[in-house]
Amino acid sequence: MSQTRERVMSRDEMQAVLERVMRLKNADRLAASLSSSWTGNTRFAANQMSTSGSVENTQLGVTAWFENRRAGVSTNDFSDTGLEAAVRKAEALAKISPADPEDMPLLGPQTYQPVPAYFDRTATSTAEDRARAAMSALELARKAGDLETAGFLIVNAFSQAIANSAGLFAYHRTTGDTYTVTVRTKDGTGAGWAGADNADWAKLDFTKVAQRAIEKARASRNPVAIEPGRYTVILEAQAVGDLVQLLGGGFGGGPLSARSADEGRSPFTKEGGGNKIGEKVVDERVTLISDPQDPDLLGQPFDGEGFPLGRQAWIENGVLKKLAYTRFWAQKQGKQPTGSSSTIKLLGGATTQEEMVRSTDRGVLVTRLWYLRQVDPRTVLYTGLTRDGTFLIEGGKVSRAIKNFRFNESPLFMLNNLETLGPTERLAGAEGGGDIVMPPIKVRDFNFTSLSDAV
Amino acid sequence: MADRREFVKQAGVLGLALTVDPGHLVTWPVQNYVQGRTLRMDAVIRDLLMEALNAAKLAGASYADVRIGRQRQSSVQTREHQIVNVGDFETSGCGVRAVVDGCWGFAATPRLTKDGVARTAREAAAIAKANRLARDQRVELAAAQSYADASWRSDYTIDPWDISLEEKTDLLLRANAEALKVANVRFVNSGLSFVKDERNFASTDGSVIIQEFIRCQPSVNITAVASDFTDFQSRANIAPPAGRGWEYVKQVDLLANMGRWAEEAAAKLKAKSVDVGRYDLILHPSHLWLTIHESIGHSTELDRAMGYEANYAGTSFLAPPQKMLGAMKIGSELMNIRGDRSQKGAVSTIGYDDEGVQPDDFTIVKNGVLNDYQTTREQANWIKWWYDKQGTPTRSHGCSYAQNWSSVQFQRMPNVSLLPGEKAVSWDDLIAATENGIAIIGDGSFSIDQQRYNAQFGGQVFYEIKNGKVAGMLKDVAYQLRTPDFWSAMDLIGGAATYELHGALNDGKGQPGQSNAAGHGAVPARFRQQNVINTGRRR
Repeated sequence: MSQTRERVMSRDEMQAVLERVMRLKNADRLAASLSSSWTGNTRFAANQMSTSGSVENTQLGVTAWFENRRAGVSTNDFSDTGLEAAVRKAEALAKISPADPEDMPLLGPQTYQPVPAYFDRTATSTAEDRARAAMSALELARKAGDLETAGFLIVNAFSQAIANSAGLFAYHRTTGDTYTVTVRTKDGTGAGWAGADNADWAKLDFTKVAQRAIEKARASRNPVAIEPGRYTVILEAQAVGDLVQLLGGGFGGGPLSARSADEGRSPFTKEGGGNKIGEKVVDERVTLISDPQDPDLLGQPFDGEGFPLGRQAWIENGVLKKLAYTRFWAQKQGKQPTGSSSTIKLLGGATTQEEMVRSTDRGVLVTRLWYLRQVDPRTVLYTGLTRDGTFLIEGGKVSRAIKNFRFNESPLFMLNNLETLGPTERLAGAEGGGDIVMPPIKVRDFNFTSLSDAV
Repeated sequence: MADRREFVKQAGVLGLALTVDPGHLVTWPVQNYVQGRTLRMDAVIRDLLMEALNAAKLAGASYADVRIGRQRQSSVQTREHQIVNVGDFETSGCGVRAVVDGCWGFAATPRLTKDGVARTAREAAAIAKANRLARDQRVELAAAQSYADASWRSDYTIDPWDISLEEKTDLLLRANAEALKVANVRFVNSGLSFVKDERNFASTDGSVIIQEFIRCQPSVNITAVASDFTDFQSRANIAPPAGRGWEYVKQVDLLANMGRWAEEAAAKLKAKSVDVGRYDLILHPSHLWLTIHESIGHSTELDRAMGYEANYAGTSFLAPPQKMLGAMKIGSELMNIRGDRSQKGAVSTIGYDDEGVQPDDFTIVKNGVLNDYQTTREQANWIKWWYDKQGTPTRSHGCSYAQNWSSVQFQRMPNVSLLPGEKAVSWDDLIAATENGIAIIGDGSFSIDQQRYNAQFGGQVFYEIKNGKVAGMLKDVAYQLRTPDFWSAMDLIGGAATYELHGALNDGKGQPGQSNAAGHGAVPARFRQQNVINTGRRR
């Protein structure tokens, strides 16, 4: 694609398309969302270049209402006939859709606080730039002789606009740049992972990521088995994020959903009915927020309905302050709606990871977690495994590599067993994706239930 | 159908010549592309495929393939007595893959014009060239037969797009009402999802192929809540997805079965919490398919075994291949696992894969020993020595797949199935033969490590088996396994009459992540002395 062209649609371009769509309305109400994306990616594995690609797409979603009957369609055909066909199809489906008793009126015009999340340096980066970045790991691994590396670099630019027939218009654009590297020792006994993520290409240090993955791989060679059980554990920020993001769970039906709690099917359901807002649910040093304006998070300042998103504290000083209310559920319960956030941040503390290790007589250091799946929604109990760098701490020092563990643990239990919090960082490669900022933490009684032979 | 000049004119009127082309040259649905039951590729699409191939060759590609796809999804979702969402989603475009100078490049665009696909082909070639600076070894593809004018359509009799929205919503809401009649059942979510995918393919090897498949997924999640709000339990995953049409939804018969599933959800509130320990597990095909998928399906992907997924999905305990093939004992003699993309109605079934290969049926595990891996054209060469030793040709098993036009194709799972035993053993026979066991029906929580050794599985419904009889219902059950130990403990296996097709439509792999359908046939089987944990801890 030509470099003189913008990677994604501008506000004016999107507004023009959405106005065309709105003019096609025969329904009582119409809402449309437009997304424009470009991604460039480069993969490498087994010390080789693998697949690489560049993908552009523009996709339109249209929702039509007749009274409280509603249906949505999407298309990427932007011809006049394509747009008209999409609107007519949404309208035809809406007419025969059953009435939705929870239907809410469209939001009118809103005010959004802009988030400066688009960096030209990222949007204009090229396949050659990516190949050179990949060499940061490939060169080191090939030269070393005893190492094998696999990694992934993805760069993207994305813009989204929402409009509706009540006059709402929202636009946001963003860039992203994620680099992750795994290094394995050729004898098959060691594996290390590192990653970095930033909206700004210029702020990624590719070599630092590669070096960290190599250090982890070498240090994790020849792991020994130690008994599963309850351990004091230092979780690096990535591992904390892997578990804590599960509390957000998209906010719609996840643990922080007010409706799930009120309906009796959530960890925040109160015995006898109602929810636990106002109750202390975790250690008092825990504050969990969403905030698109946070300079580390840089999220979209509105949700899919165009609802403006600002800073929201879900848990503050250990107390459940807020649950996520849809507009319908808020109205029914007499509360304020929260919108649906896509950012999550656990506020940090001053203790560095090194200090956490020094203060630990016997414990486990965990780099990252893998394949987390819910086991019991009543407690947000998840199972999963450690991966790519699990170490024993003895006498205030990382003493040796140990075999990976399976755990059965809840982020709520874990945040109740908190010892210390470290400084926050933005995560790359979190299992659920999204904008996530977490600190490393030290906790006691983390529940490892079995050993894994996997390296 | 707009031509190039018209599209430029439209773009000018809109002031949109920059970022978004307003139209496709292709107007879906292309007229007359279906003649009776035979698919015919539209001439405009064929021209676009050739345009892209030519552009790739001119840009230096030694190999290129082009896919023009149109994917439609339809979804109806309900809860209790009301609708939640009705949607019809469509995306179409063109993906081009090219090898230049021994490196891969891929590019994709929604612009279905001659200029759009040619530019995308050049972009794919340019990316391949850019990768030259980091190349170590050249990409080599195994030989494959070409198909100059081939077509294939999946096995369905009723197109779900021919069924009215009213019929779909009526079915779901009436089924929900049946569930809500049961005491303590307070919530039910149900839905019907359908995918219809048209794939037009051409390669510089001379293949030109059109295919269409339909897949469907009925979904139900029933939740029972204790009267004092101290417990809630669910019954979900009631029916597998299928590579079939509306006739499958009728066969699942939500209306007739909903009451039974709801009773199971409510009964779980009163079920006994399991005592931890060792039990003989009797696993139903509705459960065992997922254990097969995770422990055997993924570990026998050759790209994983060779380290190509190390940075995300992981590697495999079945590595390196030269030490494993024909030598590694994964399970008992009763364990025979087949890979194929040919079983009617299975979700991985296809006529030709996404690099134009007609898949074959192959034996992955033979009497408990690793016999083969899942492969693409690039990968088959990696184990040529094994095929030479067996006296079989080195060819891809046809496991290349991309989730749609905008994703690059790579190795994905075919149908990976546990074959029946020779004796006519039934589910009831397995229970009758077991003294102290747990029978598990339906898939639940699942998690496995990055080399596919250590896994933990929950389920939907659990029954305690005592002295050959069902003694009652259990809850909070999960088992932990080590793959080769687990499969070696399989000592009883169902016969051909117990074979069922299951699978998933959303198997994740790759970077960027792609979702793939994975089919699994299975029979019930017994696994001796497995480690069962209790997942009901409260703090």
